[in-house]
Amino acid sequence: MSTKPGVEIPIEPERYELRAAAPYRFDLDRREFFKFLGAGLVVVSVLKTAAVAQESGNNRARRGESLPNDIDAWLHIGENGKITVYTGKVEVGQNIRTSLSQAVSEELHVPIDKIEMVMGDTQLTPFDMGTFGSRTTPTMNLQLRKVASAARDVLVGLAAKQWNASPEQLIAVDGTVKDQAGARSIEYAALVKGQQLTQELPAEDPLIPAADWKVAGRPVPKMNGIDFVTGRHRYPSDQKFPDMLYGKVVRPSAFEARLVSVDTQKAEQMGVTVVHDGTFIGVAAPTSELASAAAGSIHAEWKADPQPSNQELFDYLRKNTVEGKDATGDGDRFDTGSVDEAMKSADHRLQQTYTVQYIAHVPLEPRAAVAKWDGDRVTVWTGTQRPFGVRGQLAEAFHLPEENVRVLMPDMGSGYGGKHTGETAIEAARLARAAKRPVKVVWTREEEFTWAYFRPAGVIDVSSGVKNDGTITAWEFHNYNSGSAGIRPYYEIPNQRIVFHAVKTPLRQGSYRALASTANHFARESHMDELAHTVKMDPLEFRLKNLKNERLRAVFEAAAKQFGWGKSKSAGRGYGMGGGYEKLGNIATFAEVQVDRKSGEVKVHRVVSAFECGAIVNPDGLRNQIEGSNVQGLGGALFEAIEFSNGKILNGRLSQYRVPRFSDLPVIETVLLDRKDIPSVGAGECPMIGLAPAIANAIFDATGTRLRALPLVPNGVKSS
Amino acid sequence: MATTRLAINQKSYSVDVDPQTSLLTVLRENLDLTGSKYGCGEGQCGACTVLIEGKAQRSCITRVGSVGQKQVTTIEGLAEGDQLHAVQRAFLDLGALQCGYCTSGMIMSAVALLKKNPSPSESQIVDYMDGNVCRCGTYARIVSAIQKAAKSGSAAPVAKGASR
Repeated sequence: MSTKPGVEIPIEPERYELRAAAPYRFDLDRREFFKFLGAGLVVVSVLKTAAVAQESGNNRARRGESLPNDIDAWLHIGENGKITVYTGKVEVGQNIRTSLSQAVSEELHVPIDKIEMVMGDTQLTPFDMGTFGSRTTPTMNLQLRKVASAARDVLVGLAAKQWNASPEQLIAVDGTVKDQAGARSIEYAALVKGQQLTQELPAEDPLIPAADWKVAGRPVPKMNGIDFVTGRHRYPSDQKFPDMLYGKVVRPSAFEARLVSVDTQKAEQMGVTVVHDGTFIGVAAPTSELASAAAGSIHAEWKADPQPSNQELFDYLRKNTVEGKDATGDGDRFDTGSVDEAMKSADHRLQQTYTVQYIAHVPLEPRAAVAKWDGDRVTVWTGTQRPFGVRGQLAEAFHLPEENVRVLMPDMGSGYGGKHTGETAIEAARLARAAKRPVKVVWTREEEFTWAYFRPAGVIDVSSGVKNDGTITAWEFHNYNSGSAGIRPYYEIPNQRIVFHAVKTPLRQGSYRALASTANHFARESHMDELAHTVKMDPLEFRLKNLKNERLRAVFEAAAKQFGWGKSKSAGRGYGMGGGYEKLGNIATFAEVQVDRKSGEVKVHRVVSAFECGAIVNPDGLRNQIEGSNVQGLGGALFEAIEFSNGKILNGRLSQYRVPRFSDLPVIETVLLDRKDIPSVGAGECPMIGLAPAIANAIFDATGTRLRALPLVPNGVKSS
Repeated sequence: MATTRLAINQKSYSVDVDPQTSLLTVLRENLDLTGSKYGCGEGQCGACTVLIEGKAQRSCITRVGSVGQKQVTTIEGLAEGDQLHAVQRAFLDLGALQCGYCTSGMIMSAVALLKKNPSPSESQIVDYMDGNVCRCGTYARIVSAIQKAAKSGSAAPVAKGASR
């Protein structure tokens, strides 16, 4: 097992909402540290690698007596034996509160229920860029293992000193240090009693190999699961304070609309706080009903310019590229060999266009925040994947130094890449400042559908050349707007031209679980299927012929075996596959669909996914992520699309925008390949990318109709 | 404004609200029973599901004035002390949640289903639960949890930790 992170995941261009990086301020004096933590032992993890440095901000110099200020996590063992881990990562349903605790439990040799994770509190936890990009497992999990391992070494050292023994004779078991003979033992709590010890991570400290894991590598139930099944857990939208008011914001008539005039007179007579500050108009009232009524009484006139609709979307995207402006940075172009020559000499050429629509995250908990001022300091409880990013936005909005802003993130009702920004935090804080009382703002579902950001729509042109024997020789791939994640093929193709074209887009767009990898895999894996049929080869055989990557081959082969690829099928049924590589994980997904030829209705019957993400930390949590990816992915694959026209969303309600439900659920089978010899990576995103092409290819198999647009069948298969 | 008397989780409450206010708003804002969640405001997602006289109702589209003295049960009133309801226990045991925001509504709907039909088939579960949305996609686990609760006899609460 390698102990080096070796994980470099760049920031993709389609994470538009992240462009403005939060500046970093973190400074904690050693004495202050123990003042708020209590006596005991503190082990800090200091940034050493580029990957972790990127994760946690820029390089920062040390100053005087203070602790190193480039810390990315720390762990405290108190006199009472309580172990507290501090990380800027947040829990959004991906279950890292549990998987990170497993990592600490494993290396520190303590029962998992002795560990408390303090997460995503900008005052208490070290800076963290955000919880996205499947980064927690490859970076934070590894860092915390190292921290816990170093802590264990310190504890063994303390016992050795106390007993005048050699550390090699001692072992750490279950929160105690014992000598090998078992004659003596002492609890961690007793070892740190009255101490104020700090320890930095040593340069090299061997970790427990995955093959020897006892706590990690096993299914562990959700740490605080009982709070969720009893309704006790307080999500961001459940936070409440005495004297708290409810806020409501008056929205523009359309995107990019300018405020012409506003009349707040009626609202002011309703005994509520009214704020009109620039284009921000909002109210705060003792009940949400009154806040809504007061906001509704405000007459605002807006003026908006004509804007495109989704009828003309793909034409618009092609015509509005912003090339040359370097909107995206690296990774938007890749060339190798000579595509034009290879295309000329190919036995078969194929050119096709694939499209994806804007879709919404629809986190079941809408954006929410409660803000509370104390003089010129503000504290905000909010649902976000980037508490430190939101802190930066608040500081900017209110012209405050960041140390005057505290953001806390109670485990929230999911995000899927959609909650990277701080709109509700700023709205609540603006209203709270005017009202001089705490204010809560919870977006309605319509606001969530309209004023959040969307997964980018895109157009993808693919041209390819292939030999009669099935060898792909040329590959040209142009992605307009949807993004560059997963844009490069993993197939062995000597001549490639890959281009991402940034576009001035009609809707606000940003990160969505798996980013453009879903669109790029849809285009690529659909095209692969088309090529296989062109050269009359079995789609699996065709892929394997052009694929050398052993890890990817392994997942395709494992999924094919479980699925029973090649088995016979009944009328109206079709089989298809899609797979690939994203965020260092490998997925292959096979789908079985039933198409009703009369109604055109498509039912996905069965989905088989084989996934490999290195050494598995929590197999049950991992299965949950893969099953969830396949269910959520069904929506974007089959029927989800944002409809819009002239700066307005036309289907911004749950009664108008279809999301996957129980009745859409296929049989989902998951095959996990546990590579204990490879460092663990994340799994929140990669498992999603194989599904859409697998379904599209299965629909072709069933009907002979090739669908090249996501969603595939918002109204069923029209022609067959 | 009018004084409305409510019977929630076998306690009686008196609130001073417009009778047109939604039951969900009253539960969350007036009574601080925040286990019932807002998800859509139009009865489409089921996150706000409560039991009224044992039947699953969407509290976001139920006017508080229409509730009267009917017995309301929310997720907070399901366990008996430390004794989780069999459905709660099954959700916990099978990890039938990710972010958990839909969980209260899922559990309340499932409890109502099992009251009506103590041993539902898989397709009966799917039909009944189709109005509850889980965006994290844990549907398969929820179906299994309801089946497990049905087997363990959902009518009587089971001891905490008994089935582990």
